Amino acid sequence: MSEAKGVKQVLTGPIINNNPIALQILGVCSALAVTSKMETALVMTIALTAVTACSNLFISLIRNHIPSSVRIIVQMTIIASLVIVVDQVLQAYAYDVAKQLSVFVGLIITNCIVMGRAEAYAMKTPPMLSFYDGIGNGLGYGAILLSVGFVRELFGNGSLFGVEIMARVADGGWYQPNGLLLLPPSAFFLIGGLIWMIRVYKPEQVEAKG
Amino acid sequence: MASNKESFGKTLFVVIGLCFICSMLVSTAAVLLKPTQLENKLLDKQKYILEAAGLIDTRKGKVAKADIIEQYNKHVEAKVVDLKTGDWVNDVDGNTFDVEKAARTSATSFIPVNDIASVKRVANYGVIYLVRDENQQLKTVIIPVKGYGLWSTMFAFLAVEADLNTIRSLVYYDFTGSGETPGLGGEVQNPQWIAKWTGKKLYNEQGELAIKVTKIPTIANSQYGVDALSGATLTGNGVQNSLEFWLGEEGFAKFIEKARNGGLS
Repeated sequence: MSEAKGVKQVLTGPIINNNPIALQILGVCSALAVTSKMETALVMTIALTAVTACSNLFISLIRNHIPSSVRIIVQMTIIASLVIVVDQVLQAYAYDVAKQLSVFVGLIITNCIVMGRAEAYAMKTPPMLSFYDGIGNGLGYGAILLSVGFVRELFGNGSLFGVEIMARVADGGWYQPNGLLLLPPSAFFLIGGLIWMIRVYKPEQVEAKG
Repeated sequence: MASNKESFGKTLFVVIGLCFICSMLVSTAAVLLKPTQLENKLLDKQKYILEAAGLIDTRKGKVAKADIIEQYNKHVEAKVVDLKTGDWVNDVDGNTFDVEKAARTSATSFIPVNDIASVKRVANYGVIYLVRDENQQLKTVIIPVKGYGLWSTMFAFLAVEADLNTIRSLVYYDFTGSGETPGLGGEVQNPQWIAKWTGKKLYNEQGELAIKVTKIPTIANSQYGVDALSGATLTGNGVQNSLEFWLGEEGFAKFIEKARNGGLS
């Protein structure tokens, strides 16, 4: 496998083939919470991608110096610092969205995707490839978030990115929104549906029985 | 070098070094971005004050930063009120007085006896926003209210006309934690619901607080009633309780009484 092909594989693999939410079932908590609107889903995706990519990069840079006895703490310190920086940047430059995302930016620290990639990938892989892996996993996370957010905002609120697509009855239009879609449980059904569709298309992702 | 990375000294070195670098990174970001964040926070509050006063409409699209600052400076005056006496406190600047901070300090706050809105502590001083038109005529008085809904403490601006009785609007601008349930309690921010408050009266002819968030149609359709949000009973109760608390004896009642008897002019 050539270098370029490896990078492409690392970047695009997590979108369908090895999706962190759909295949590894990681990071579902935040996926339920921030997908009622496209705007929050997009900002959350960017925030998580930035954290995963940078934490992978930094952890990989010092991977040969991290003593194995304290490696999880070292990873957490790096991840937590990055999350605080991202949170501060959001509060300074995207205050409205930061207000809506509230605790969920802070909770990126405990997002299993970030930890999982740090421990499983960045600890054994050179820095640049780890960086791309972080971006790839962020994209995989974002692909699910944005698909779910698209359905939830469009059918739950009649809008996309806050722009009205279907006029709601409450605003004098014709569309009666589906209130369930605005509640977190609806994201469960949608994510479940997405996983089912991906596995119909790629049967090799189905776990062996027994 | 990598061979002895498990040694005690190396472990200590890596951990201390990493903590040092990370703390530098975090504090640099926090210090550098602090002014922008405070500016955002203030701007956000000013935006909602203007919205409550009906001077801007954020539904019609984003309002430019410069517009908010200009309109606010032109029309709005923030004044501090002593809750116990209902008098103005002229030596404290309303624009810089931090009510939340004062409420956290025991010397500058008290514990309310009848804490229906679950506010825990109330600052001795409150801030009132006076909104004037071009001719310096008092148009709107904005009273900040807060109270617990279903999941969070909800912050709002209650805008009343100069008679301190007719409601202009009730604008919710902030929630602690992740806020009220979107689509249910979160509908307190729905413009349709906010519009229901316009023109309603706070006090009945006997001067008693009469405003009620209710599901009973006869009251909801009267001039003292606002139709409650269906599916959001507890948030609605929270709204009702916050109004009762902040317009009550341990809130701005003294101030409102004085102001209604001509104390504002």
